[in-house]
Amino acid sequence: MSIQNSLRAQPDARGHFGEFGGRYVAETLMPLILDLEREYRAARADPAFADELNGLMTHYVGRPSPLYYAERLTEMLRAEAPAGMGAKIYFKREELNHTGAHKINNCIGQILLAIRMGKTRIIAETGAGQHGVATATVAARFGLPCTIFMGAKDVERQQPNVFRMKLLGAEVRPVVSGAQTLKDAMNEALRDWVANVHDTFYIIGTAAGPHPYPELVRDFQSVIGHETRAQIMAAEGRLPDLLVAAVGGGSNAIGMFHPFLDDPEVAMLGIEAAGHGVDTDKHAASLNGGTPGILHGNRTYLLQDEDGQITEAHSISAGLDYPGIGPEHSWLHEIGRVKYEGVTDREALDAFQLCCRAEGIIPALESSHGLAAIIRNARDYREDQIIVLNLSGRGDKDIFTVADALGVAL
Amino acid sequence: MSRIASAFARAAAEDRAALVAFITAGDPAPAVTPAILDAAVAGGADVIELGMPFTDPMADGPAIQLANLRALAAGTTTSAVLDIAAGFRARHPQVPLILMGYANPMVRRGPDWFASACAEAGVDGVICVDIPAEEDDALGASLRAAGVAVIRLATPTTDSTRLPVVLDGAGGFLYYVSVAGITGMQQAAQASIADAVARLKQGTALPVAVGFGVRAPEQAAEIGRVADGVVVGSAIIDAIAKAGAAGEDPAPAVRSFVDSLAAALRGARQEIAA
Repeated sequence: MSIQNSLRAQPDARGHFGEFGGRYVAETLMPLILDLEREYRAARADPAFADELNGLMTHYVGRPSPLYYAERLTEMLRAEAPAGMGAKIYFKREELNHTGAHKINNCIGQILLAIRMGKTRIIAETGAGQHGVATATVAARFGLPCTIFMGAKDVERQQPNVFRMKLLGAEVRPVVSGAQTLKDAMNEALRDWVANVHDTFYIIGTAAGPHPYPELVRDFQSVIGHETRAQIMAAEGRLPDLLVAAVGGGSNAIGMFHPFLDDPEVAMLGIEAAGHGVDTDKHAASLNGGTPGILHGNRTYLLQDEDGQITEAHSISAGLDYPGIGPEHSWLHEIGRVKYEGVTDREALDAFQLCCRAEGIIPALESSHGLAAIIRNARDYREDQIIVLNLSGRGDKDIFTVADALGVAL
Repeated sequence: MSRIASAFARAAAEDRAALVAFITAGDPAPAVTPAILDAAVAGGADVIELGMPFTDPMADGPAIQLANLRALAAGTTTSAVLDIAAGFRARHPQVPLILMGYANPMVRRGPDWFASACAEAGVDGVICVDIPAEEDDALGASLRAAGVAVIRLATPTTDSTRLPVVLDGAGGFLYYVSVAGITGMQQAAQASIADAVARLKQGTALPVAVGFGVRAPEQAAEIGRVADGVVVGSAIIDAIAKAGAAGEDPAPAVRSFVDSLAAALRGARQEIAA
């Protein structure tokens, strides 16, 4: 397949994925993101950068993460499927990474870029706190001061992660503007960045924001898909029939999907948080319930009203609770290469509990959305077909939320 | 000559900087804004910069963030902003009116729709914080085609290699953001402003107005000695909020504060000559 026909050649030189992406930032930040792009290109071409990154991925993060055959879950789903139906389910075990999720893959890559650029201070936004913990972790590892912006409401809801970040030496700054959640934390991180461009590197947590962030976050997360490809070839001698991943901003999903985009036999399903239902006003499904617009540096699908005011997202999973999505997903949605469906809070909770009991794995609520879609769809696949779920994070952080939803007092 | 060019020319002829007054549309309510704008003009503002409220004003400090939220809570729609603009144009046929805001509300119905709505409402120029020159085709081409100036921002990080990119397609005036930061916070050193204005004026024939962090008449006067225009925003917004909190009509407070700014600009260059 020629490069021109490849779906893996995005974005274009201006950072556009079709009509999505781009660099919609204040002028103060433009010189910096142009610098970042140059530095990223140089790093990609530098074998020493790759060596350092790979060394940390192996010895610090614990890669490669296993590709695990979820045998009991497979059997349980087959028992309810018509004869001969019920795909073989694999989990890509990103929850076994250091810090318990895929987020660290990106943070390691970005902090190496920060150091290359001579930046001496790290900032990041966080919703549930997973990206904040991963950022605080790498900042500690490299001895850089770190400030994490977190909505005041999220600070209240996610005390264990707030304490983790503090233990790791980060300053956690509660954001009291707006709705006091992830979107407001991102606004505040951008405000800090614009005032401190000379020494500060902003580690964005998902494959969104101004170019080159969507591209570089995707590239750092693509280790997930590259490993999966090699592992499934070793285990089954062929590529999977379906890849499934939860999508908030979409970094774990794009990391899983991107290396397979040019393999037409591999179908892909991104799962958005449908909250109380996409037909209600309480969901976080930007593709299924939103429209294209411009926010936080990129053009992409957003939850917004008829005047372009951003509306609040809702999901039981704080990591999916964002009114936008990475621009490459918007593009993949429009060209139809990846299918995007919604999973409700309720379905995710059910899948969460099933995974605990069937496999002895407590999954993150984010990943439980992906699992719920597999539970829904596996019966439509033959027994000789293969589905891989990106089990992007572990659910220890979510036990309070789940207990609350199940009416259990801890 | 356009209304913007005339306003700067008139100020220059009087040997003073033009005063650009920023006011958030719909703060504290859409029905109150017209009187506030009239008060700013009566106080001596040469150019009115009308802020379009947005839920996520990421280039703004606390004062304007809160003004945005108050305006949205009071039901300030895009249509209400355009009505305020059209009403202003009818009352003040000669005073330039600029809309300032963020990309998403501006492009929501398409750039051509917004550009022609601006033209119909008598808006002279648009400042969009988060559409840099690189993304000009998202809005700029439509505005220029409709006869609305695309007012660009230059910042302390805009170096001389980048400046031509920023100026390409720019109109009205060049807005120099004097600090790398958000609105209404710190102020820049006067020497750095003078240097920057001199550098920018080498690159463009457009008037250069300086804003961000300009809060007091003395500070406006100092900047007015070197710049073609001075933009004051957060301090006016604070005056509106303070009057509102005290249960008073904000218009007289705006009138008297703008008056003090305009007076400071009138005397500024003469003082230094004396």
